[in-house]
Amino acid sequence: MSTAAHGMPARLTPSRDTLQALYRLLAAGLLCVVLSFLSDAFLTPGNIINVLRQTALLFMMASGLTLVILTAGLDLSIGANIGLSACLAASVIKATGSPWLGVATGIGCGTLVGLLNGALVTTLRIPSFIATYGMMWMLTGITYYYMGGETIHGFPASFRQFGSGYFLGVPIPVYMMLLFLLIGSAFAQRTIWGQEIYAIGANPVAAQLSGVPVARRLVLVYVVSGAMAGLASLIILARINSAQGDIGEELTLPAIAAVLIGGTSLFGGSGSLSGTLIGALILTLVLNGMNLLQINAAWQPLITGTIVLLAVWIDARARRASE
Amino acid sequence: MTKPCAVATPSLLARVPGVAIVLAILFVVLGLTSPSFATPANVANILVQSTILLLLALPMTLIIMTEGLDLSMGAVLTFASIALAITVLATGSVSLALLAALVVGSGFGLLNGWLVAALDIPPFIATLGTLGIAQGLSLVATDGQSVVGIPRSIQVVYSGSMLGIPIPIVIGAVAFALLCLLLYRTRFGTYVFALGGNREALRLAGVPVRRMLIAVYALGGAMAGFAALLMTGRMSAAHPTAGLGLEFDAIAAVAVGGTSFERGDGWLIGTLLGVVTVGVLRNGLNLLALPSSVQVACIGALVIFALFVDGLRSRA
Repeated sequence: MSTAAHGMPARLTPSRDTLQALYRLLAAGLLCVVLSFLSDAFLTPGNIINVLRQTALLFMMASGLTLVILTAGLDLSIGANIGLSACLAASVIKATGSPWLGVATGIGCGTLVGLLNGALVTTLRIPSFIATYGMMWMLTGITYYYMGGETIHGFPASFRQFGSGYFLGVPIPVYMMLLFLLIGSAFAQRTIWGQEIYAIGANPVAAQLSGVPVARRLVLVYVVSGAMAGLASLIILARINSAQGDIGEELTLPAIAAVLIGGTSLFGGSGSLSGTLIGALILTLVLNGMNLLQINAAWQPLITGTIVLLAVWIDARARRASE
Repeated sequence: MTKPCAVATPSLLARVPGVAIVLAILFVVLGLTSPSFATPANVANILVQSTILLLLALPMTLIIMTEGLDLSMGAVLTFASIALAITVLATGSVSLALLAALVVGSGFGLLNGWLVAALDIPPFIATLGTLGIAQGLSLVATDGQSVVGIPRSIQVVYSGSMLGIPIPIVIGAVAFALLCLLLYRTRFGTYVFALGGNREALRLAGVPVRRMLIAVYALGGAMAGFAALLMTGRMSAAHPTAGLGLEFDAIAAVAVGGTSFERGDGWLIGTLLGVVTVGVLRNGLNLLALPSSVQVACIGALVIFALFVDGLRSRA
């Protein structure tokens, strides 16, 4: 914790963080081995591509959220934000026929919601979990009202490439995932702004006193989280080729789970985007395995909820041990 | 019914205006826009419909006073309602069914309290996890289908009346009086006040803080379990998504009622008024033929507004 406040979280405690990441990779590998024994369908090219695609989508949703959680905040509005962004983007594409206007609408809507969240948390000083929880219900209401039970489907092929296209046999979202992992990690680890985000999470008062513009950095992380939700909404839209009011439902819990499994502490100040990628991979493997073993999808919220609790429990225990 | 609660805290007068004014404005606006709003039948209807919410919002007030939160209440109520329906269909006994709902509710409440108090998991994330678990169990137990064929004896709990007063209103009044006694007239209640602002002092004074905290969450779960009886009676069925989101209305009622999320002071009359406000808002928008999606958006805006006002007040 104090290490992060000095601005070098990874370098001062390399052994523990690296070890933690290795454990998680090992867990992911173990899951792969077990699943390949349990199901013949697991190690097929089709399924591997499927796992990569799901991991990419989950990572996109969870990457902005990782920054929010690094500041000891939370964004519960991600799923609802994805719902509204996807529906607005869908109707713009339908109305204008232009995929680019649709992309701009989706990302714009997501970013605007993030900006609102940031304003609620900083200007009005509402605790983040309750501000984004209120935002979640407001967005859900607006989306359902806007859609009125309708479905918008059938988008131009150029737009669909975004979610279902391939380059060299690998789905396009996987490249986007790698791109955002690189940009995001460089931002978090190698820039002053990124280090300030760690510092805010580790100790907001100390950060404020050392001259970090806390409010502006907080607005930034909520805006990034909103923008990434907007981007994720476009990938989903392009993939499933239709938009409904409930498109973003049940996406928030998995995103939070991915961040927490990835070792980012809910108490702020420690964690990383590469961890979140491993977290997204582990959760995707679990859900994919359940799917292959034909376990009823009704078990998914139960499993995800239990995983969240386990991850936070481990985090809280490690935190107490280090104090 | 307000007798035991009329403890005139210094801030009482300062607080009345907020929620009361919102309620009055809503009443006037809705009364003017919808002719069927301000009728005795409709007002009674609002009160009956608000009972389920009141049963959730009262313990939610206590939980929020301890600087906690229970996001799982709606999902727990739903799962309790399914347990109740399955039990009554299997055994035919209403008391066994109610017992099942109470066991499910208190079980989840204890789990929440244990996660928060013993494992030090932040309340909003602990109860988000148990929300997932309860929702998953509801889906698994029913395979996504409604449980129907609820006997009349359970429907009557919601639709019947006692001495001319609808039973839900009686239940709501009793629950309100009991919670007031608990909060303002017992040592436990005093500790609840201290759990929010002065937890460390309480611990140093030798109070079993963890057990107190677990008890607060367990109470919330148990009351959600009891509310499942009314919910099942109202719908004459148990549906695996019926109660989802109810915790949001409860949190809204508490926030509108002026209980602070940060200072550990709570106010049950405020929560009661908050519950009526949410009920009036939903009922009024319903009469204006606005869909439930608009109601949800309005309540979301109401919560943010209430928190904004609360923030202004805490800085003042």
